Amino acid sequence: MAVSRRDFLKNLAAVGVGSTAAGGATKSALASEGPHVSENLMGVLVDSTKCIGCRRCEFACQEAAGFSPPPVEDFEDKSVFVEARRPYPRSHTVINEYANPATPEAPIYNKFNCLHCIDPACMSACIVSAFSKREDGPVVYEPNRCMGCRYCMVACPFEIPSYDYDMPLTPQVRKCNMCAHLVPDHQAVPACVKICPAEVMTYGKRSDLLKLAHEKIRNEPDTYVDHVYGEHEAGGTSWLWLSSIPPKDVGFRQFDTTAPPRLTEKIQHAEFKFFLPPMMWFGLLGAAMWLSKPEEEDPEPDSEC
Amino acid sequence: MSDHHQPLPVDRKLITPGVCVMLALVVIGASVAAYRFIFGLSSTTNLDQQHPWGLWIAFDVATGVALAAGGFTTSALAHIFHREHYHAVVRPALLTAMLGYTFVAIGLLADLGRYYNIWHPLWPTMWSPNSALFEVGICVTCYLTVLYLEFAPIVCERLMGDKFFAPIGSFLKAANAWLDKIMFLLIIAGVVLSCAHQSSLGNLMVIAPSKVHPLWWTPILTIMFLLSAIAVGFPMVIFESMFASWALKLKPEMEILSALAKYIPVLLGIYLGFKIGDMAIRGSYVYLVEGSVQSTMFIIEMLFGVIAPFVMLLSPEVRNSPKWLFIAALMIVLGVTLNRINVFLIGYQPLYPVKSYFPSIGEFAVSIGLVSLLMFIYRTIVTFFPVITHPGKARAK
Repeated sequence: MAVSRRDFLKNLAAVGVGSTAAGGATKSALASEGPHVSENLMGVLVDSTKCIGCRRCEFACQEAAGFSPPPVEDFEDKSVFVEARRPYPRSHTVINEYANPATPEAPIYNKFNCLHCIDPACMSACIVSAFSKREDGPVVYEPNRCMGCRYCMVACPFEIPSYDYDMPLTPQVRKCNMCAHLVPDHQAVPACVKICPAEVMTYGKRSDLLKLAHEKIRNEPDTYVDHVYGEHEAGGTSWLWLSSIPPKDVGFRQFDTTAPPRLTEKIQHAEFKFFLPPMMWFGLLGAAMWLSKPEEEDPEPDSEC
Repeated sequence: MSDHHQPLPVDRKLITPGVCVMLALVVIGASVAAYRFIFGLSSTTNLDQQHPWGLWIAFDVATGVALAAGGFTTSALAHIFHREHYHAVVRPALLTAMLGYTFVAIGLLADLGRYYNIWHPLWPTMWSPNSALFEVGICVTCYLTVLYLEFAPIVCERLMGDKFFAPIGSFLKAANAWLDKIMFLLIIAGVVLSCAHQSSLGNLMVIAPSKVHPLWWTPILTIMFLLSAIAVGFPMVIFESMFASWALKLKPEMEILSALAKYIPVLLGIYLGFKIGDMAIRGSYVYLVEGSVQSTMFIIEMLFGVIAPFVMLLSPEVRNSPKWLFIAALMIVLGVTLNRINVFLIGYQPLYPVKSYFPSIGEFAVSIGLVSLLMFIYRTIVTFFPVITHPGKARAK
């Protein structure tokens, strides 16, 4: 055999060094920063201390999503609170009940729905660009693009999207879209905000809502914990929450402040920027192939290895 | 192709009692799959809102891709680094990779909610270069094409000698000659595409740091998946080759397989080194003594799937013994299988679990049916096409 093991290793090393160089060269070219959002990014501030658990928002949500809900009185049924529910295909928002350590007879209610991340993981993960972040706030989904791989559900740091597992032909990923489908060209007040009798939610510019939230905390430090949930979580979300007890006690689980796509997109683009790394690999393997080519036909099998 | 190793069609009966059992499993799997397509995913699977991915993704897709790594690792060894000695295992490995990836696509169809949109990622207006899954999809599609082209000469070779195909003989000859000219490009492309999607498959779970158990979640999951795929390539080839020899009643190619096994401790050692280094740097070893299902599965995976076979294959006695080589190779194959299942299922911990996920009988039936069908097609192809090199006959030539 014309090629010794030393040559083999030498070639392998060449490939390794080359690929490291390729990685280094592309590192500077990385500038993936997530979707563009406007100054006027809209959002909703949820003041959970005001929520009375009437679940009218669930009714309004089902109606707005076109699911023809049962009569509104049915939503006064408080027996659903025995378990912590999650948004599901027929209801893109749910209210849950939590123990109030200060006054046990007055439980705390919290509202759950898509938080409309500023840098959404679902959108970054989606293989067919079925999700998009509108400049004015909502993260919206186009079912006709979707192939139903459900990677968005894996990716979502808040575990929000749900799926029509029972539909054989046209299942969809279901989640709140901030009622973007009702007024397609600009963001309008979502149905849940409109119906709420306790004025739990304030709809407005996210920057204004943040100011308002911090003002409330400043003015009533005994009422609120000093944490606006959604200000920084997963890179920040359009929806924001205030509560009287720590967010972890009202059903929130995600406290990481970096948006998940920042890491994955960096890795992804380092591997493929301008197709340079794959081309480099191609060239290096070609070189290895050519260099390790036996100089003449040698019918003897390589006894060395 | 060196002349002392000539692959030939296997001269064995196609239908045996064992094959009938396999076909029965295929029929069961196909029936369950039909039921799923008529009544939806919830009718056949235990998937729920907290567990969007189950056995079909973890086993049929993720494990399927990893175990098909024998294709690109042997082709790199024999064709790129010109270890001509190993040509005899390239064709069977190529066939396994080709069938493996085809079945990854078929398995994926069962899992996709809108399976009829499976072509969407290829459509330019839907491209999403930020998605790790997009990269996997594109590379797997390209690689599958490359694999079919790499296999095409074997089909040409067989059909050219057949009277029935004489009318298109000149076409086959021309196609074969053309493929021969571009083969080196296909071989390199195959290796590059494989490295790319094997690693991107690891990147899939990087986006869910809060859900994947810290024993597995690491920002370098890409590297882990690539290294483990490279490490499982030769063991898979050894396992298959010996299994096929047993099933087809041929003599195992020990001379080649033992030599091939020499590379395994090196490749597996690099993977093990990265695993240990990553664990030390992230400090995730604290979870080893957690006593949870996850920590137990991690220890089993590392101990029996990586460390034990690594130590075993350092010994020439193990590498030269058909029985022990088979066991060591099988341990690595099962170890990487368990790794993929751990990353995608056991290590996947939803933030709001309602119940834990365990695959339904239907999910198992479909996965088993797919593996059986793959094995049946493999057997059919080696019966009619020159894929396997028979040591006995090759010597006689």
